[in-house]
Amino acid sequence: MIIAERKSITDIWQMIEPFKRIALIGCRGCVTVCMAGGAKEVAVLAAALRLAAHERGRELVVFEEMVERQCEYEFIRPLQRSYPQEQAVEGLVSLACGIGVQALAECFPHLPVLPGLNTSFLGMPERSGVWVERCHACGQCILDSTGAICPIARCAKNLLNGPCGGSQEGMCEIGNGVECAWHLIYERLARLNRLDSLQSLALPKNWAKDRDGGPRRLIREDWEDEV
Amino acid sequence: MKSGSNLEKVLKAGHFAVCTEIGPPKSCDAEVIKRHSETLNGYADAYNVTDNQTAIVRLSSLAASSILVTQGLDPVLQMTCRDRNRIGLQSDLLGAAALGIKNVLCLTGDHQSFGNHPEAKNVYDLDSIQLIHTVRQMRDEGRFLCGEEMKVRPAMFIGCVANPFADPFEFRAIRLEKKVAAGADFVQTQAILDMERFERFMEKVRERGLHERTYILAGLMPIKSARMARYMQKNVAGMMVSEEICQRLEKAEEVKAEAVELVVEQIHQVRQIKGVAGVHLMAVAWEEIIPMIVQKAGLYPRPECDES
Repeated sequence: MIIAERKSITDIWQMIEPFKRIALIGCRGCVTVCMAGGAKEVAVLAAALRLAAHERGRELVVFEEMVERQCEYEFIRPLQRSYPQEQAVEGLVSLACGIGVQALAECFPHLPVLPGLNTSFLGMPERSGVWVERCHACGQCILDSTGAICPIARCAKNLLNGPCGGSQEGMCEIGNGVECAWHLIYERLARLNRLDSLQSLALPKNWAKDRDGGPRRLIREDWEDEV
Repeated sequence: MKSGSNLEKVLKAGHFAVCTEIGPPKSCDAEVIKRHSETLNGYADAYNVTDNQTAIVRLSSLAASSILVTQGLDPVLQMTCRDRNRIGLQSDLLGAAALGIKNVLCLTGDHQSFGNHPEAKNVYDLDSIQLIHTVRQMRDEGRFLCGEEMKVRPAMFIGCVANPFADPFEFRAIRLEKKVAAGADFVQTQAILDMERFERFMEKVRERGLHERTYILAGLMPIKSARMARYMQKNVAGMMVSEEICQRLEKAEEVKAEAVELVVEQIHQVRQIKGVAGVHLMAVAWEEIIPMIVQKAGLYPRPECDES
């Protein structure tokens, strides 16, 4: 899922500076699961902003809304009815990932839409309170040859031919408790008796399938609507 | 002859080779490079020029190597994959060949978080082994990575590094084999400060017959203070410093003399290891000590190899 983290109250406060009436829009998708933009987080942020406004003697009305999935137009559309543009609020703060922020902006072409979260990565919880990156969405999955451990997302240098000289005792040279992805790959392939697959040269990767090829688009003709 | 570089000639002739290293300055002062080259000239067969080592911005390796060529030295152009994509790397390689540079050392490169621009975006379009593969293809097949042909091929003696002190240990010889298969003509190892582990590494290398397919230069580093040795023992990723070395430096009355003595001993030790074709001396911020080490080790004067 998409892992995100709420921006600081100070940052959000600065973004909403010009407005007297705002709505916080949460999302029941990934950011609810990673506890950054769910109903609870929307309520907490709303309370914090109201309190800050009260302390400063500033007029601020904060509405709270939830969307099933902020990355799909059909779930955002009902909101368009509750916020006939420009009248009800002066700005929207999205507590969804960057995709949600943009989808929301597309549905509200005349309203400022601001990001309440920093979208961090594609990952999963490792344990309670700790999330880790697992996929880089490079567009060309190689997990079959790397023991189902991704060196693109998990090696600091996205190497394709084994660990660099900075790997020691299973840890990456960059520190911060980052494990060496290639050490993990080596150990797993050794366990599976498949170390031979590390002997052959992995050729340069086609990064055009990553974002280096420009913004990506996926078309499934079998599902495409007639235009 | 693949490149006709002095290093290649010395190794081909069967001499025990000596390389050393010149780190470009953190400014555009060409005099620094010329001074180093004057101090070191004649004491090595080839001179590595580091490429923004530890991710700190310095005068470019390509420009510094070119200055060494004009000084009559044989540079080993270090190229990391951190800062350039395959377009930049291939372009600089052509430029290097045009400037008379005949050795290239292909490295992954230290992560930018170690350097003075930790907020930089890294590249790593290729990894070091893919870079070796690319250079070999350009030299031997006259084709760019994309397959397009070039008119004049860059004649490069292709080097790589190996770190016997990194993990997983068992993979290190396999990784070196990949580099040799990709086209590495010579190898320089990470500084050996734990001889026992290096010997075990060389055993694995010989089991795979790699010493017969590539020239292996043992990396050695004089350490001028006991504190530095301890620091590297504890804090530098990918380095191992034996307790013996730390203690010898700590107990020494003349630390610098002991450091020289240690390296000279190590040179004699690695010469006894089957498959070691030479040494690579890295005296970081202590380049001026190299002539003394080379002389004391009985490796001076360096062989003159005829043009061929």
